Amino acid sequence: MSPPRDFPRKLDLRHGCIEMQHGGGGRAMAQLVEELFVAAFANPALSALNDQAVLDAGLSGRLVIATDSHVVSPLFFPGGDIGSLAVHGTVNDVAMAAAEPRWLAASFILEEGFALAELARIVDSMAQAARAAGVAIVTGDTKVVEAGKGDGVFITTTGVGVARAGFETGGTRARPGDVVLVSGAIGDHGIAIMACREGLDFDVPIESDSAALHGLVGALCAVLPPPALRVLRDPTRGGLGATLNEIARASGVGMQLAETAIPVHEPVRAACEFLGLDPLYVANEGKLIAIVDPDHAEAALAALRAHPLGREAARIGVCTDDGQRFVELETGFGGRRVIDWIAGEQLPRIC
Amino acid sequence: MKYVDEFRDGTLARRLAAAIAREVDPAREYRFMEFCGGHTHAIARYGVEDLLPANVRLIHGPGCPVCVLPTGRLEMAIALAERPGVMLASYGDMLRVPGSGGDSLLKARARGADVRMVYSIDDALALARRHPDRQVIFFAIGFETTTPPTAVAIRQAAAEGLGNFSVFCNHVLTPSAIASILESPEVRDLGSVKLDGFVGPAHVSTVIGSRPYEYFAAEYAKPVVIAGFEPLDVLQAVRMLVRQVNAGQSCVENEFARAVSRDGNRKAQKLVAEVFELRKHFDWRGLGRVPYSALRIKSAWADFDAERRFAPEPRTVPDHKACECAAILRGVKRPQDCRLFGSACTPETPMGSCMVSSEGACAAHWSYGRFRSARPA
Repeated sequence: MSPPRDFPRKLDLRHGCIEMQHGGGGRAMAQLVEELFVAAFANPALSALNDQAVLDAGLSGRLVIATDSHVVSPLFFPGGDIGSLAVHGTVNDVAMAAAEPRWLAASFILEEGFALAELARIVDSMAQAARAAGVAIVTGDTKVVEAGKGDGVFITTTGVGVARAGFETGGTRARPGDVVLVSGAIGDHGIAIMACREGLDFDVPIESDSAALHGLVGALCAVLPPPALRVLRDPTRGGLGATLNEIARASGVGMQLAETAIPVHEPVRAACEFLGLDPLYVANEGKLIAIVDPDHAEAALAALRAHPLGREAARIGVCTDDGQRFVELETGFGGRRVIDWIAGEQLPRIC
Repeated sequence: MKYVDEFRDGTLARRLAAAIAREVDPAREYRFMEFCGGHTHAIARYGVEDLLPANVRLIHGPGCPVCVLPTGRLEMAIALAERPGVMLASYGDMLRVPGSGGDSLLKARARGADVRMVYSIDDALALARRHPDRQVIFFAIGFETTTPPTAVAIRQAAAEGLGNFSVFCNHVLTPSAIASILESPEVRDLGSVKLDGFVGPAHVSTVIGSRPYEYFAAEYAKPVVIAGFEPLDVLQAVRMLVRQVNAGQSCVENEFARAVSRDGNRKAQKLVAEVFELRKHFDWRGLGRVPYSALRIKSAWADFDAERRFAPEPRTVPDHKACECAAILRGVKRPQDCRLFGSACTPETPMGSCMVSSEGACAAHWSYGRFRSARPA
């Protein structure tokens, strides 16, 4: 005789919604986990339904861990959703250590009343993003908060990866003379979210650039001797401006950038123009900054451009010997100015 | 970007800069005040000063609406926001302006007041429609550019019978501020601020026209060139001012002819006259009490006047003792002359209003230009 079915009725993914019992530790929670998360993320470690993933690591070398919470509003936006973002955000944080991301853990805070159909869309999108990135979501957690105490869903992901042998990237490693590269046009993600929120319509809709960047990092590492790759960063919140200031401060260098060299898509420039935003401070979710030894800058740029995610890569400036650690910009107009840290928050709830 | 890039063209800028360099008299100084915060921001953002000869100086004026609002009015807004049942809608910049003791609308919000950031008064009207149980007050600030939309919103609220919407009106007038600068002791008697002319406002002038400036050109013998907010507009205006000074002329010229006419936008003026009337006087940060320099809501629209509906207690609050915002707004001092600049006062922890708005002289210098004072050429 076969054992009785654990969940006599299937989870109603069309009309159902999150109830407090989905976080209560009982049968309802077990059903949500099994029929939604385990089914979508499908891997042996997760299917074991333990509170942790036990992995046959077979690792040697240095482990890289990163964690990132995602609270973006709206949950769905052109070019992605909170699910794909939760994968890309953490994969990229791991990848910026010149590492190969391997596993993710995902923690969900769900709001009572949130439609299961939307949750299923988000979970599917996460699963797809993880598969495409070659990482497995191996463990997780689910909590439910009362209606009005969350905003649909918040997702925290933690990523584990392995650093490539010999590469030691870090914000403190830029030196005067090093070349600053960016892997493509800036500001797409922030403006896509903003346009969505403000109901702005463009002839060509602006899509988030949300993408997993470890392939691009791999392409870079393949052509550079390890010491030539000094810094890798993905300029998310605070944009290029904030990230370059962080690096300048940590490395004790200044920077000289050329405004005309920084790629910005035309609709993003236009949207920034009338929203009063500066693309330099608008968030990205699929771009990286690479600071490299000047002797290898051309090779690095060519490697970025040869990769589908780096076609619009550009050399935007150089690091300088400057005790004041100013990130300076030569404007297209012919004047000069500082690119400062951004004060306050330009756009809240962006990722 | 069409219709924008043309006004930021680096090649044209260098040509124009070379023309200015040829035309200036090396034996004298040229000191022009850009009245508007929009110009201050463009000058800093594009590094316009790098293209000007050393003897041409741009002096930042009082035309940043966030900067000139006195602390007393801000504290009245905070008091309004903290009334039970009130939702205060404000432009983002105002939220960070410090009141006395470092209080601000942001801090009031953290204490539990319902303060909402909006991009326009339309958003405030929408809030009033969505929250019929709340009293929605729009914190209206700004010069003649933002006044017509406020007039339209008040008429709209009346037409819809939106009884829970009102405006805390702080609209101010550009010509009164220019007159106050020209009448100030530093300009008139002491001669400590030498002004050779004004770069006149762009957007304000689209509403009021170029006619109101004719008085300053005639009465005070100061040339005025109305200019657009793009960096090439500013350079071109400087060239026109230099030419007037060299020729000993003082008249009103219009560089921004693509948007400004002599009479301005008569329809907007009519709307404003219908809803607003002059206040006998208004306190400005920096300029002090200036007669007939601001607007209040006419009694016919009293239902939408937050000052009448809630009668907030009028306040006069002195600025922080060491803060030089007042002198900076009059063109007497430069941001880097203030000893709080960059130490106690930064955009993250502003002590004075000029460090808050991106149009403020201090914020513009800190965010864009401070490498110049940190590393003298």
